[in-house]
Amino acid sequence: MVDVTFSVNGKEHALSVNDNALLSETLRENLNLTGTHIGCDTSQCGSCTVHLDGKAVKACTVLTAQAAGSEVTTIEGIGEPGSLHPMQEAFNEHHALQCGFCTPGMIMAAIGLVNASESLDGDAVRKGLDGNFCRCTGYHNIVKAVLSAQRNM
Amino acid sequence: MATETGIGASVRRTEDARFITGTGRYTDDINVPNQTYCVFVRSTHARATIKSIDTSGALSTPGVVAAFVGADLAKDEIGDLPCGWLVKSKDGSDMVAPPHPPIATERVNYVGEPYALVIGETVKAAKDGAEAIVAEFDMQNPVLDVASATQSEQIHESVPSNRSYDWELGDKAATDAAFENAAHVTSLDIVNNRLIPNAIEPRAALGSYDAASETYTLHTTSQNPHLERLVLAAFVNIAPEAKLHVISPDVGGGFGSKIFVYAEETAVIWASAKVGRPVKWTADRVESFLSDAHGRDHVTHAELALSEEGDFLGLRVKTTANMGAYLSTFASSVPTYLYGTLMAGQYKTPAIYVEVQAVFTNTAPVDAYRGAGRPEATYVVERLVETAARELNTDVADLRRRNFIRPEDFPYETPVALTYDTGNYAASLDKALDYADYAGFAARKAQSEAEGKKRGLGFSCYIEACGLAPSQVALSLGAGVGLFESAEVRVDVTGSVTVMTGAHSHGQGHETTFAQLVSDKLGIPFENVSVVHGDTRRSDYGLGTYGSRSIAVGGSAISTATDKIIAKATKIAAHMLETNEDKVSFDDGIFTIPDSNESLSFGEVAFSAYVPGNFPLDELEPGLSEKAFYDPANFTYPAGTHICEVEIDSETGTTSIVSFVAVDDFGNVINPMIVEGQVHGGLAQGIGQALLEHGIYDADGQLVSGSYMDYTMPRADDLPDFVVDTTSTPCTHNPLGVKGCGEAGAIGATAAVMNAITDALGIKELPMPATSETVWRAIQGG
Repeated sequence: MVDVTFSVNGKEHALSVNDNALLSETLRENLNLTGTHIGCDTSQCGSCTVHLDGKAVKACTVLTAQAAGSEVTTIEGIGEPGSLHPMQEAFNEHHALQCGFCTPGMIMAAIGLVNASESLDGDAVRKGLDGNFCRCTGYHNIVKAVLSAQRNM
Repeated sequence: MATETGIGASVRRTEDARFITGTGRYTDDINVPNQTYCVFVRSTHARATIKSIDTSGALSTPGVVAAFVGADLAKDEIGDLPCGWLVKSKDGSDMVAPPHPPIATERVNYVGEPYALVIGETVKAAKDGAEAIVAEFDMQNPVLDVASATQSEQIHESVPSNRSYDWELGDKAATDAAFENAAHVTSLDIVNNRLIPNAIEPRAALGSYDAASETYTLHTTSQNPHLERLVLAAFVNIAPEAKLHVISPDVGGGFGSKIFVYAEETAVIWASAKVGRPVKWTADRVESFLSDAHGRDHVTHAELALSEEGDFLGLRVKTTANMGAYLSTFASSVPTYLYGTLMAGQYKTPAIYVEVQAVFTNTAPVDAYRGAGRPEATYVVERLVETAARELNTDVADLRRRNFIRPEDFPYETPVALTYDTGNYAASLDKALDYADYAGFAARKAQSEAEGKKRGLGFSCYIEACGLAPSQVALSLGAGVGLFESAEVRVDVTGSVTVMTGAHSHGQGHETTFAQLVSDKLGIPFENVSVVHGDTRRSDYGLGTYGSRSIAVGGSAISTATDKIIAKATKIAAHMLETNEDKVSFDDGIFTIPDSNESLSFGEVAFSAYVPGNFPLDELEPGLSEKAFYDPANFTYPAGTHICEVEIDSETGTTSIVSFVAVDDFGNVINPMIVEGQVHGGLAQGIGQALLEHGIYDADGQLVSGSYMDYTMPRADDLPDFVVDTTSTPCTHNPLGVKGCGEAGAIGATAAVMNAITDALGIKELPMPATSETVWRAIQGG
């Protein structure tokens, strides 16, 4: 076991977790932040994407121990009904989600992509999101949403 | 009703609020006190006899609560997993369904088949326990090749020649005669590649048993919780339906794969009573690949007979369909009644004969995957038609147009058992041709060639039979259940409305669409309608969501129940207004006596229904809540034209889709935004089949495309922006005039892509998926 102190959505947590616990597991199982989803075991699907010190990362590629001292932001930490993040607004406005399972990871990846880019066109959004699977939307409306949110971020 | 939220408006989805904030509630998000975790031990052999299974190592592993094998379930008389559709062979005999114990008892027949389960205090403990199970097997040669399966070693004792059935549809003699008189015959050998559905949420189950009430509760990732309950009660013998509560909460995509009743939830719900604690299982992705029912996997020889002038005279199709190792829940119906019946396509082909044999192999079971039979049928018909046009040096659009069933021909009875109610195929084709700038294609092709690239255009004029299904027809064809849908519209005291539906949303947006429908009909605010689904104790028995049935069947049930609400409310209004009900009219939420100034709002009438101060109780019951079970009179027949334009890099063989146009006729549309989204998603899966996806077993029966490292899922940068539009001939036999839109993209797209690629390469046939390597080899060979 390893003791880890880190901040999640602005709140400090001190936890004792297995040495090999993944951040994705700790968020879901220890902190009950079930908005971070697990869709694969090979770090391909991107459903568990969160922000680690402001950068979008797949939480299944991070040991919880590695997050010590870091600031983690999950989908639960970026906005709520009435004060949504522009990316959340845009996903709703452009029907960029259907079943909703990939959506938290997709939104966190998209925010990370926009924050890390000067400006994006459709191709750049498609390339930038190629680490996140969506099986429902065919990505068409996700691209529209990200391009739209970019203007409001 | 205000058109902003009514029928036909692109209302933003209400369910999004929870999904975009991470507050959705999927099965794996649910935890209950005292819960344990289940891990399945799966065969690593494709075909073997189980000699022994020793669970003692698991039982002595710290944190392990219990370990079970197939015999433990058998001892409790847990039944086999049934196939719910009886197909008959040509000779009238019933299909052969081999025994399918949820947990293997004597043999294993595919890699991934579970033969034991371990329950632990944690997932880790259960996994450690699973590692400690020692099993001995006698391995046998697996049967893997679909085409030669009937001549291979027999997999199941009860299934000679590994054949479940040998089915036919159509008039053989008439079709053979058509071929004898043909001026031209186009033939193709087609492999419809095996696909793995890959909903991004893995399957999961959480079973609990309450000994005091002898009641089981199962949370699971099902597209049809009532069907799950029925099978677990009636066939598997878990408990009577009244003691079995099945909840499908938010479900992260299904695409068919979550229709079926699987081993895992069966074992989990059974085990919860055995260990006296809740048991939870969530698939990891490798398990999903190995154990979710796969899709497609046909080998087909098909021929189209044409006259000198280009009239279609006859169609002959012979298909071998892979069932995998066992018959999954609806497997038998997919390559028969959802496939052979669609072979007329949009055309007046007068004679059609289809033969399908279903064979077993040592692979995961194959069942419905988005489109289910209809994509395979469309692929056969549309590849043939396009190839015929090329062989005859005729314009591909003109040849289709010449053979289309025309608007004046409806209702049109096809030679393969269906009666199309309505359609206008040329309207969709014309619109698609405009979007695709068909006239400008030659110039674009010349431009590509000047740059050393190849360019091709491909069409697919598909039809589908949706809105499953008229129960009478389905039951006469072997279905084991009726296929109506249930609805309850419950008006609250203050006039808000709760709608209970037997349909299930796992991405389709029912909470929005159904609320639009009811608020529009009742003239009440959209916000005042809530939709409830996915819970066998809240909704009446319904059949769930698949086969693009939710709006056509489920929506029609809601519409019918809402009509009953209006009828009852009109009676109450008449009583309140002291007149006869035939004197009361209802429009936009207001009851009036025409030519008077007397009126009542819907809310006032609803309130009165529950505060029935002076009701004549022998004539008028209090309350305002109505149910409907809607059984469709016919299938619905969405149809359309998809046109794909590709450019191929001659050096690398890489295909780029430069344009994809889909014009679909879904009849009336409740929410165009949601409908477009459904089309987009279907197109992605259809294009994925053509270019990227392939479930591959090696010679030992190992699934080599068994992870996201190996199975190519369509990513954002693999797909283009889509051009999507609709035409409309409203369905003639349901109250909404709707047809359903969930599968159209997946049904139409694949053939359009492959027609485009073969056009670009100037070749007749190319196996799917058309990867860069496959295309590059074709370029080198040609």
